[in-house]
Amino acid sequence: MAMSQIKEAPNHIEVVGSDSAVSVRNITKNYGEVEALRDMSLEFPRGQLTSLLGPSGCGKTTLLKIIAGLLLPTSGYVEVNGKTVQGPGPDRAFVFQDFALLPWATVLNNVAFGLEMRGVAKSEREAIAEKYIGDVGLSGFEHSYPHELSGGMRQRVGLARALSVDADDLLMDEPFSAVDEQTRRKFQEDLLNLVQNENKTFIFVTHSIEEAVYVSDQIAILLPRPSRVSEIIRPSSFRNKGVDNIRRDPEYLDIVDDIWSSLRTYVE
Amino acid sequence: MHLFGYRLPGMSSLILWGLLWEIVGRADLTFFVPPLSEVLATLFAIIGTPAFKKALAETAYAFSLGVFFAVVIGIIVGILMGKNRLLDELLLPWVNVFLSAPLTALVPVLMVLFGFGMKSIVITTALFAVWIIILNSRAGVKQINRSLIEMANSFGASPMDAFFKIYFWAALPEILGGVRIGIIRAVKGVIIGQLLISIVGFGALFELYSANFLMGHFWAVLIVLFALAFTISEFLAYLERRVSYYAAKR
Amino acid sequence: MLSRANLLKILSALVLCGAWELAGRVPVSYAFPTFLDSMQAFFEMIGNGMMLAAYKETLRPLVIGIMISAVLGIGLGLWVGLNNFFDWLFSPIFIVMQAAPLAALIPLLVLAYGIGLTSKVLVVCIMAMPVIVLNTSGAVRNTPESFKEMGKSFLASRTSVLLRIVIPAASPVIFAGLRLGISAGFIGAILAELKITPTGVGDIITYSRSIADYPSMYAAIFSIILLAVLFLNLLEKIETILFKGNQRGYVSD
Repeated sequence: MAMSQIKEAPNHIEVVGSDSAVSVRNITKNYGEVEALRDMSLEFPRGQLTSLLGPSGCGKTTLLKIIAGLLLPTSGYVEVNGKTVQGPGPDRAFVFQDFALLPWATVLNNVAFGLEMRGVAKSEREAIAEKYIGDVGLSGFEHSYPHELSGGMRQRVGLARALSVDADDLLMDEPFSAVDEQTRRKFQEDLLNLVQNENKTFIFVTHSIEEAVYVSDQIAILLPRPSRVSEIIRPSSFRNKGVDNIRRDPEYLDIVDDIWSSLRTYVE
Repeated sequence: MHLFGYRLPGMSSLILWGLLWEIVGRADLTFFVPPLSEVLATLFAIIGTPAFKKALAETAYAFSLGVFFAVVIGIIVGILMGKNRLLDELLLPWVNVFLSAPLTALVPVLMVLFGFGMKSIVITTALFAVWIIILNSRAGVKQINRSLIEMANSFGASPMDAFFKIYFWAALPEILGGVRIGIIRAVKGVIIGQLLISIVGFGALFELYSANFLMGHFWAVLIVLFALAFTISEFLAYLERRVSYYAAKR
Repeated sequence: MLSRANLLKILSALVLCGAWELAGRVPVSYAFPTFLDSMQAFFEMIGNGMMLAAYKETLRPLVIGIMISAVLGIGLGLWVGLNNFFDWLFSPIFIVMQAAPLAALIPLLVLAYGIGLTSKVLVVCIMAMPVIVLNTSGAVRNTPESFKEMGKSFLASRTSVLLRIVIPAASPVIFAGLRLGISAGFIGAILAELKITPTGVGDIITYSRSIADYPSMYAAIFSIILLAVLFLNLLEKIETILFKGNQRGYVSD
């Protein structure tokens, strides 16, 4: 196995090069008797995409929602840009697994929703929304309704909405799990381009090993019961090889295999 | 709803309303609302009386008979409609019409055709209940998973076997749901029938008490009626839950 | 050319009317007029203005009662749906009212409020309100969690979440509740007419019955059933158009 990846145990978290946009410190989350997260700490480097990968029940969505400010931790805290998180904020935007589009609103109004909640004037927010609708490839569908769109198109709307508020950090909760395989692959390629072109920090929750290794600059593997970070992987050599070549890169395949063998025992 | 940290049970606010009733009654705010305690005392007093028992028996008779016809006819027609496209297309518009029509308007017709007695009330009750039972039975049959039918055929099941061992159970949760709603409607039907035809059952009692301004008696009978209706409804909901454990996975 | 479905509908209507006609001629009973006789009486009454005058009387308590029920019902439903205390306080009352035969309260209302417009309006209200309140409160309470979360994540204020997310999401079920309430209101209005004092259409029914003018009686009954069915179907069509593609309210009463 080539030494072009860096594996680290969670206690010696040293982020090489960039600073942390988001810091998770000793987060514990209990639901009554159930311990969803226990003493979890993690750093998310600025401007990069970090995946939270793990089998179901390992608390990755819970952690993401705590970072988003949608859930409060039982103990511990999250720092975003040096400030402790108390609730949702303009610096973080969320992309939902089930799209969470308002069925009675057009695509344009859905994308403009975040801006509307921030008090942006109508003409301005519609202009911004139209730009991002074009960016995600949905030009022409501004006045369609969600039920007229396919699953993939709906998620693009959700993505456009999250991008339009121009937050520093984009939090994505299994965004591609509700679409078909072909659309999913296309999304993964688009995501790589997005990460390169936008100057944002991405935190990406997934249960697909291939997906995580494909899109991430850093992968945090979470294990359940108790939820903990078991390792952090930073694939390095195939990052810049172009979207079409990654899936056959030997390092890519090695990492995928390694992760599978360590996760195997946790599949029920 | 929490009080001092304890979770209050679902319908417990009724106790509060009961207290309110008692207070309003004692304060003698209006002739029409005697204190709850007086009503309850009257209730226990009249439950044993022959007049009450007769009314209950007549109502129960009309109700059971009406429900029986509605269930039998409803389920059979519903199943037939679910399986036969022609029948379905012919009858469905009418079922929908009668489902939303104010059936009360038909009671005078029944009175004229069948007289002022038990017969009309039974038919009223059945009419109120049957349409929703038909609709739900039809729905239950229609939503039977195609694969179950193909499975039955592939294992060579006879029509009788297929019906009783597979289709009946697959459609049952939906049918039970229809029966539950139908029975609630039947309760309304039997009362409306008695109110309009009014010489039998509880209808007669209500006439008697209101004519003599026996408010305590009136409320007592009303409570019994409401309690019965509610109990029946809850019992059916319970049955439905027992059967529906497999309903979501059909 | 008519579609098969419509053709069959017309066919079954013809069959029913034909059966009615035959049953009248047999005769099934002296009190059973033929279809044609009843239709003749029906059009006569329309022609001489009796029908219109009667409906003006009958529909009055209905319209007033429905408007009051809608405003009070939706208001109360929203309150109950959003506030846990009021949910605990009021839900049991309406749940009992839904299962119970409310028609039994009519004699009491007559005792208390006499035989005028007030008691008729009250009858319509007690029949219509429970389902409106319960549908509204249920819809508000069952707003999909992910919508509310989405609103929160985009920094929507509590008012915004209520007005822009919860209420629009609840609208289909609220509308369905209104439709069911109106249906119950119709029953209330007719009951009021037949039981309290006959005015309007109820008057036609009872009067014709007393003078054994059965065609008129059946015509009146036919007219009110027709009106109710047409109106409720219209509401359903409107519901379909308004909430096209949205989650629809599939609530049975």
